Amino acid sequence: MAEFNLNCKGLQCPGPIMQVFKTAKEAQPGDIIHVKVTDRGFAKDIQAWCKKTGNEMLELVESETEIYAKILRK
Amino acid sequence: MADKKTIIVFSGDMDKVMASFIIANGAAAMGSEVTMFFTFWGLNVLRKAQKIKVKKDFMEKMFGWMMPRGAEKLGLSKMNFGGMGAVMMKQIMKKKNVNSLPELIESAQAMGVRMIACTMSMDVMGIKEEELIDGIEFAGVATYLGESDEANVNLFI
Repeated sequence: MAEFNLNCKGLQCPGPIMQVFKTAKEAQPGDIIHVKVTDRGFAKDIQAWCKKTGNEMLELVESETEIYAKILRK
Repeated sequence: MADKKTIIVFSGDMDKVMASFIIANGAAAMGSEVTMFFTFWGLNVLRKAQKIKVKKDFMEKMFGWMMPRGAEKLGLSKMNFGGMGAVMMKQIMKKKNVNSLPELIESAQAMGVRMIACTMSMDVMGIKEEELIDGIEFAGVATYLGESDEANVNLFI
C-alpha cells in the first residue's frame, strides 16, 4: 500500500481536482492520497469527486488557511 | 463505462471559452468522456497563432484577417475595451495563479478531451484545416447529435 502526498496549495480550480485525478490513476486500489489545497471550493469539490469516481474520503479538514483531504483509492 | 459530456463552443469570447475549458477539464477529472464542438466564433479558439499559407478568396481573407487568430487573441465578452480588458484580465488571472486559456486547452487535450471543428462553419468563415491546431477532428452536426444523445450533460456556450 502506497501513500501519495500532493501539495496543491496555490492551484486554482480545476487544478487540484485534476491533480487528484491524475494521482488516483497512477495509484493502486488501497493506496492513500493526501492532498493540501488553498482553493476554498475544493472542500465541496473533492466530496463530489469521491462520490462520482467511487473513491472514499477518509478525512477532510478545513482550516483558516488550507483544506486537507485524505482519500482512499478504491 | 464512463459517462459523457458534450459542450458546444459557439462563442469566441475569452471568458466564455475559459469557462468551457474549465468545465471540460473538470469533467475529464471526474472520469467523464468529454467532447467539445467548435462552431462559428468558437473556431477561432482553435486557430494556430501563426499565419498559415493557404489558398483563400477575397472574403475568406477578410474574415481571416478580422477574426482573432488563436486562443491568445480572444477578447472579453464584457469590458473588453478594444482588447485592454482582456490584457488586464490575463494579468489578474496570472497573478491569482489561474491557468491561462492555452494551458487549459493543452491540459484538455492531454486529458483526452475530444475536440471537433464544425466543417460547415469552417467553410463559411474560410478557415482551413491547416490553420487549426493539431489533434482536432473535423465533423458535422450528425456527429455532435450522436455524441450528445449519449451524454448526460450538454452545454451551449
